[in-house]
This record gives sequence, structure tokens and C-alpha cells, in this order.
Amino acid sequence: MSSVNATTFEVLNKELAAKIDTIITNNANNSTKLVGILLEVQAIVPKQYLPLEIAAYISQKMNIPLSRIYDVISFYAALSDVPRADCVIQLCDSVVCKVTGNTVLKESLQELLGIKVNEITADGKYALEPTACFGACDIAPAIRVNGRVFGHLTSKEKVKKVLDNYK
Amino acid sequence: MKNVKIIIDNKDLVVPEGTTILEAAKKVNINIPHLCYHPDQAIKANCRLCVVEVAGSKKLTPACSSFVFEGMEIRTNTKKVRDMQTGVLELILANHDQNCLQCLRNGTCELQDLCRRFNISKTNLEDTVEALPLDDTNPSLVRDSSKCVKCNRCVEACQKTQEVHVLTHSHRSVHYNITPAYEMPLEDTLCVFCGQCAAVCPTGAIVEKDETQKVWDAIYDPRKHVIVQVAPAVRVALGDSFNLPKGDIVTGKMVAALRRLGIEQVFDTNFTADLTILEEANELIKRITEGGTLPLITSCSPGWVNFIEGRYDHLLDHLSTCKSPQQMFGSLSKTYYADLIGLDPKDIFTVSIMPCTAKKYEAQRPEFEKDGVRDVDVALTTRELARMIQASGIEFTDLEEDQFDNPFGIGTGAGAIFGASGGVTEAALRTAYEVITGKGLPNLNFLQVRGLEGIKEATIDLDGLELKVAVAQGLSNAKVLLKQIQNGTSPYAFIEIMGCPGGCIGGGGQPIKSTLEVKAKRMKALYKIDADLPLRKSHKNPDIIKLYDEYLGAPLGEKSHELLHTHYHSRNKKYDFSSLKK
Repeated sequence: MSSVNATTFEVLNKELAAKIDTIITNNANNSTKLVGILLEVQAIVPKQYLPLEIAAYISQKMNIPLSRIYDVISFYAALSDVPRADCVIQLCDSVVCKVTGNTVLKESLQELLGIKVNEITADGKYALEPTACFGACDIAPAIRVNGRVFGHLTSKEKVKKVLDNYK
Repeated sequence: MKNVKIIIDNKDLVVPEGTTILEAAKKVNINIPHLCYHPDQAIKANCRLCVVEVAGSKKLTPACSSFVFEGMEIRTNTKKVRDMQTGVLELILANHDQNCLQCLRNGTCELQDLCRRFNISKTNLEDTVEALPLDDTNPSLVRDSSKCVKCNRCVEACQKTQEVHVLTHSHRSVHYNITPAYEMPLEDTLCVFCGQCAAVCPTGAIVEKDETQKVWDAIYDPRKHVIVQVAPAVRVALGDSFNLPKGDIVTGKMVAALRRLGIEQVFDTNFTADLTILEEANELIKRITEGGTLPLITSCSPGWVNFIEGRYDHLLDHLSTCKSPQQMFGSLSKTYYADLIGLDPKDIFTVSIMPCTAKKYEAQRPEFEKDGVRDVDVALTTRELARMIQASGIEFTDLEEDQFDNPFGIGTGAGAIFGASGGVTEAALRTAYEVITGKGLPNLNFLQVRGLEGIKEATIDLDGLELKVAVAQGLSNAKVLLKQIQNGTSPYAFIEIMGCPGGCIGGGGQPIKSTLEVKAKRMKALYKIDADLPLRKSHKNPDIIKLYDEYLGAPLGEKSHELLHTHYHSRNKKYDFSSLKK
């Protein structure tokens, strides 16, 4: 029979709460824009995920049941309920990137980071995730790092140069 | 409405337009297999078991979600259909904990029935049961996802029927699951423990927390004096578990069975229901005459109390301070009754038989304990009582009828109808009218508050004083009335809220397959009990009068306050975000 009144939070603080408030206001507190709101919030949470306390905060602010928010978070691959990393590297696994030869890209990333796809480095700094096409076919093979797209990654050197931006 | 001619398995049939194939088949005694379909719920069409062949269509058609049309030719039993159904069942089974012998739903499981029907034993498929951890840390319900068939019935009960929004579906594909947000145990959520999810679950994925062993242990313990109270709604539902006609009144057999189990004294919760009415009617009168918070809302449904404590805690002043009949009985059993028979309260073991899973939670609330002695030691559901009777080998249907014991054996008709939505209101009005006006009530039946409608209302003339009352059943309907109070537009002086649709007769602890049709029969039976009784007003119950004379004093008096009233608190606020405001 728990009746906990937790006022301390692991990631939520006044500053983050204010930013979340702004995101919700910018979206007119519109429940049909929940996916977009969650994506925006996730991007500003350390380790880029949506923990329970954040989901509960959004649930209260937007008057949407927590269970529905969790349903949405768990449905979309782009949203995560578990910590990801400071730097989330998304590797396109759709057709165009494949035919332009993203094997080198994939292997270079795995080698340079020391992890496989769907893994997170031990220090929590880098996560390597597969993703569906994000529309950068003109510069395939491509990756997206924290929302920014890098293309023409046809050699290990080029990949290393991109990663050097995120040390 | 237009009728259409169809043929099902070579049988001609005329049914109204808008009938589904599944419903039409029922009319010619064909039971098309299904797991997600439920007569009281929306069409889901996710289990894919109800497929049939329709002439002219190459694909198999789901019967639960397809409507008949003129000239439709349906075949429910072809090789193609059966092969598909067998295949689906084998797939479900490969992902299902098959330890049926240790499952509470053994014998009442819809999946088990279908596997027996299709003669499915061990399949060639590799079993891969990936399940979330067992959730059994709350006092009321146990969730075992290894037995979940993902039919979504519980989600509809939780989200639509009750609007409690705790259970949801989550993730996709092989990771698809039914769970509260973030896989939290129910205890950490705003679950109200109404058990409507357990009542519609086709398998053993959500069940009541079985406490029958605690009762057996107490019965076998020579130092314990074991007494039992039985709620009004149990006597019109227990018969279901013994294949008696739905809505059969089995009061006498039930008392006899309890005695055979080894219970020393069998009492009637109808008695403390009458007591609740005396306290609550007087509370209402006091609030009206002294300008207290109105509307006064009933507090006998523990699922409802959990709901208001969790989500509308700013309206708690409206809630009657009366304990529920279960808890009034509990505290009297350890005080008045203990004195009467000269036993130490520690040696009395009070069991209640309730139609309700939330009663287990209520019985375990910390405030319902005095000097380390629980007011109610164990609350069993109707289903658990049925299992105890079955376990003891008693031939229930052949039992000779027996009677409740004194001093808590007399219940009036007013107490009996507590089990139906509207009953508490009707009982309270019978007493309030006579107490306020000092006159005899000309007509005891308040028909406006009876029935299965979600929200009912009535205006009663109390000798010039006009009293508006409302009755809500199920928590989604309760919300409507709460919002009125919140907006200051509630016209009522008194509101009755029952957490479950239909009231206690449709409680989450009642025998499985309590459909609306069954609930209507149980309701009718309770009003029959009421009509057949010589005493139909709580304040005319001779033992209640005696209890006040000898022990309690007057309603709302000091002793009543100590034993029969309680307080409420805000519940389960997982996070308090107020510190984050700038």
C-alpha cells in the first residue's frame, strides 16, 4: 500500500521542466501531436530517452493517461523508455544505403566504437541503432547523429572524421 | 429494422440487418470459437479464431466483426476453417504457460475449453513463453503475463468501462504485451483493484489473489473462533459456480455449506448494510440541516473509494465517513461480538465473502486494525468460496437450507438490495424519509433508481423538502457526476457510486462470465429477496435497534464514530511536481 510522495527526481529539474513546458505550449498542448512532443522532449533529456518521471510529468501537463503515453513510447522505435546515450548514431538500413554499400560504414562504426548495432558503449557515450530511411538517399550511405545527417560515408577514414566531432 | 436471409451450415435463417455472423450463428446453436470477442465489449477481431468461410470470398472471414448480408452463405466447419483455428490455437498455446493444473482458472478457462474442443495436446511447435515478471505484490489481483493471450478484453475493461487507464497494450510484434505503464506493478499505479479485468480475462492471466489457504488454516487452528459474513450480492451469484440457473437465490445452501466447511458462526453482511444505512441516512440529514458538504457520496464500494482517493482527492469531503458494511462488521466482530461471547479479539478470525477483489485491499488498509488485531482477517471473493466448497466435496445443489446466526443474522430488504446499483440509495431513502418526516413511507419501491442504466436520478419529496439524488455504476459514469461537482453544477444532495457496472452483483470477484444478461438476472433476484421479506427498512431491524440500545447509543454518536466511521487520504501520488514550478 504505497503512498509515496516522491519530490526528488533522477533527471527532472526546474530547468528541464520549463523546457518541456515550452515544447508542450509550442504544440498548443495538442494531444494529437503527442509523438512530435515526445520526440522533442526525448532530444533534450540526458541519454536521450523518456523515463517514467518525464512521461508522468507530460501525462499531468497534457492530461493524457500515463498508460497511453507509454503505449506510444513503446510503439515507436524512435522513442525509447530506456537510457540510450549522449550520442545516438542511427545507421540507415533501408534499400538505397544498402545498394550503395553501407557494409563498410557499418563495419567501420562497429570497429571504431567497439560495439555492435543495437548496443551502447560501456561508458554510456555512444549508442549504435539501426533506423529506417531518413531521406538522405542522395548522399547515401548515410548516418544520423543526434539528429544531424552525414553522407557519402564510404570509407573508415570518413566515418572517423564524423565521429571526431562527438568526442 | 430490415431482416436478411442467410444460410449458416446449410441452415436457413432470418436475422436483422447489422447482426454479426458470430451472433447469427448463436441463434442456430453454433458456438463459433473465440477468445477476444465478449458480448458486452466492442469488437476487437484480434484473436483470429472466429474465422468462417463465406461463399464468394477466397479469404477466411472473421465472424465477430463481419455483418450478415442478404443471401450470405456461411460455413463454420470446413477443413480450411478448422485447420486455421487449430493452427491459431497451437500458436497461442506455444506461447502460453501450460501448467493448467496449478492455474486458478483450471476448469473455467476459455483457452482450455477450446483446446479440449479442438483436441489439441502437445504441438510440434517449440514453446517460447517470454513473460514479464509475475505481478503479485498487491492484496487483490495477480497478473501472470505467461498466460496472457493478448485479447485486449482487460484493456477495454480498464480503459473504457472503468476509465481507470492503468492497463494498456505496449510494444509491437513479438514484444507486444498487456501491462501498466513502464511495466509497473499494479500497486505502484492508480489501479483501483475493481477486478473488472479479471472478470473478463478468458484465461488465468489476471486472477484474484487466492487466500483460501489462510481460511483453511484458521479453521484447522483450534484456538481460532472462525466467523464469516456474506455480502448481499454473493447469494445470487454463487449458484453459477455449481451450474444452477443464473440469478438463483442460494442463501440457505450457502449458509449450510459454510457451516460444513467448519465456520463456527455464519453472519449476514445485510445486517451491517442496515447499520450503514442508519449511519449514512443520519449523516445525510445532518449535512442537509446543518449545512455540511453536499452532495454526500456513498463510501461502501472500495474500488470507488480507491478511485476518488487517487484521482479526485480534492472532493474527498463529499465522501460519507461511514465505513463499508464489510468494515463495520469487522470492527463490531472484534468489539461488540467479542464482549458478547467473552473471547479475546485476537482469537476471533473474521472472514468476509465478497463479490469483490477491492474488498481484499480494503480489508488490508492500515487504518482497519486495532492493537495489532485486524478488523477483517481475510476477504474472500465469491469465486474463492466456490473453490472451497468444491474442494471439500460438498454436493452444493443437494444441501438442505440453513439460516444465518445471531446477533448479526437479521438483514432487512433494504440491506439485501445493497448488492444492486441503486440499492443503497433506495435503502437510504426508505430510512431518511421516515426519520425526517416522522411519517410512514407510502410506497417503498423507488423504481427510478433501479436497473442497469449507467446514471440514474430521482427527485424525492420529503414532506415539502425536495431531495435530488443520483446513482452511478461503473467508474466512467462516476466521472460524469464528479465533473459536475467540480464545476459547481451538481444539483444533487445525495449520490451513490458503485465501482462496478451493475453494482456488487457485477463485482470483479463474482463467478466468471458475469455478462450484462447475467447481471440483470442477479439484480432481479435481489429485488425479489427484498420484496419477499417482512422487514424492508433498515431502521426497523430489531437487532439493529437492540445494538444501538445496548451498545452504540445513537447513530453518529461517540461509539459509532469510533467503530463505524473512518477517514480518507490522497492515495498513490507517485510524483509530486509542485517543487518544479518556478
